[in-house]
Amino acid sequence: MDCVWGTAMTSSPSIISRVTPVLTIIAIIIAVWYAGAVALNAPWAQDKATRAGVTLSFSELVSDTWAQEKPKLPAPHQVAKEIYNTTVMKKITSKRSLIWHGWITLSATLLGFALGTGLGILLAVGIVHSRAMDLSVMPWVIASQTIPILAVAPMIIVVLNAVGISGLLPKAMISMYLSFFPVVVGMVKGLRSPSAMQLDQMRTWSTPKSTVFWKLRLPSAMPYLFTSLKIGMAASLVGAIVGELPTGAVAGLGARLLAGSYYGQTIQIWSALISAAVLAAVLVALIGLIQRITLTRMGMLR
Amino acid sequence: MSEATVIEAKNLSLTFQTNDGPVHALQDINLEINKGDFVSFIGPSGCGKTTFLRVMADLETPTAGEITVNGMTAREARKNRAYGYVFQAAGLYPWRTIGGNIKLPLEIMGYSKTEQNERVARVLELVELSGFDRKFPWQLSGGMQQRASIARALAFDADILLMDEPFGALDEIVRDHLNEQLLALWARTEKTIGFVTHSIPEAVYLSTKIVVMSPRPGRIADVIESTLPRERPLDIRDTPEFLDIAHRVRDGLRLGHGDDV
Repeated sequence: MDCVWGTAMTSSPSIISRVTPVLTIIAIIIAVWYAGAVALNAPWAQDKATRAGVTLSFSELVSDTWAQEKPKLPAPHQVAKEIYNTTVMKKITSKRSLIWHGWITLSATLLGFALGTGLGILLAVGIVHSRAMDLSVMPWVIASQTIPILAVAPMIIVVLNAVGISGLLPKAMISMYLSFFPVVVGMVKGLRSPSAMQLDQMRTWSTPKSTVFWKLRLPSAMPYLFTSLKIGMAASLVGAIVGELPTGAVAGLGARLLAGSYYGQTIQIWSALISAAVLAAVLVALIGLIQRITLTRMGMLR
Repeated sequence: MSEATVIEAKNLSLTFQTNDGPVHALQDINLEINKGDFVSFIGPSGCGKTTFLRVMADLETPTAGEITVNGMTAREARKNRAYGYVFQAAGLYPWRTIGGNIKLPLEIMGYSKTEQNERVARVLELVELSGFDRKFPWQLSGGMQQRASIARALAFDADILLMDEPFGALDEIVRDHLNEQLLALWARTEKTIGFVTHSIPEAVYLSTKIVVMSPRPGRIADVIESTLPRERPLDIRDTPEFLDIAHRVRDGLRLGHGDDV
């Protein structure tokens, strides 16, 4: 097995060459962001100055636009400070802690993701093995995604609330609704990926359908599954955040977004937004890591 | 049908219905294959040689006529795992080791773990791949992968081996070597082999019986019983006898083509 790791090490690019492009893009984004903050917040700074009867030099103008209390677009360091204050400086159990809110969203995301993945795989297995299901279910699966989730989410929350289900599950249902779709599509393609030759070969051994599934179709579908899971996870997080909006802004990153917009707390909105993005990136990267390990061990990644 | 007949086709026809009208892949095929024969099917593309092999394997169903394999219908024979089939591509699973790939049919057929290990060792030795059972397919060359796929077809007790252009994707040097090995393997195992090929030298070198086929509709143009001895070193291909048979095969192919070429 030594040579396996040997080739894996040499064929993958070095850390520096992989990180440099990412850092470059981040630097560009931050630069554009600061410039945008100046442009968008300048009218308010000028307004204040006019009322106070002073004229601002360019450097005064810039420093004002990067330090307003309710800016149209907060500067990156303001968002960073807010995130620092609401994560490191607050107890995790505090309702003002972003970690606490993040966990609320994360738990709904993960539950919805698990439910969606399970449902997606089950539907895909049915679709691949039954022509009737292929013809009847697939159009509904596609139709389900054409309905705007913002319209469906409040209904799901309200209906489930009416039957006494509230909290985690309704949000997870919305996550599931969004995340099962990529899994169905990917798994149907993946389970159908074995070649005619491979299926003929199974036939020459008079292999039962279930064995063909476990020994050929399912392993063949793994690369497709992981790609779907990445999309599903991101969709799941969006679902959980959308699910938090109609609950009246009690808890979760979605609630922070909503509360922030009620009170014009743009810094709070942006810090919740950035946290959600980081959370999504970490979750997707985690699946990517599992994908690499699994597919390398399965000999499907070289 | 004599005692030794393993595969027998009687007035066998197969017509595919396509959008461009019916395609007569096989028409009025009559053939007997005896136990221990090495039968090659040769002919241009579209002559139905692969289709005929697939009919024997019950991968295609004939539209007329009869086929018996081991005295049973092709379907019963397949259910009884009467044959091993080697495809043009090795088709090894990348997530299984060579040993794991050879075990695949054994697992499906319900052999015990110890029996599986014994058989893997035995067939790997037959195809001269001993010691490779823990390697993964990507660690082997194309020729070695194809040998592993032959080992997989030999792993269970089928006395018929059907091979569909198994060496078609390999270069000539590797091909010569594998042909030699295949003959040795055939001598040791006394299997009945059906072998589809494009190559005249390959067909003549390997076979006891050469079935020359012609296209549109796919039918048998000539059946040549080889007069070569069973023991065949590679340089037998330079003997006048070998060239005679090759010549007859070429004649059969030309005749079958009619005015097409």
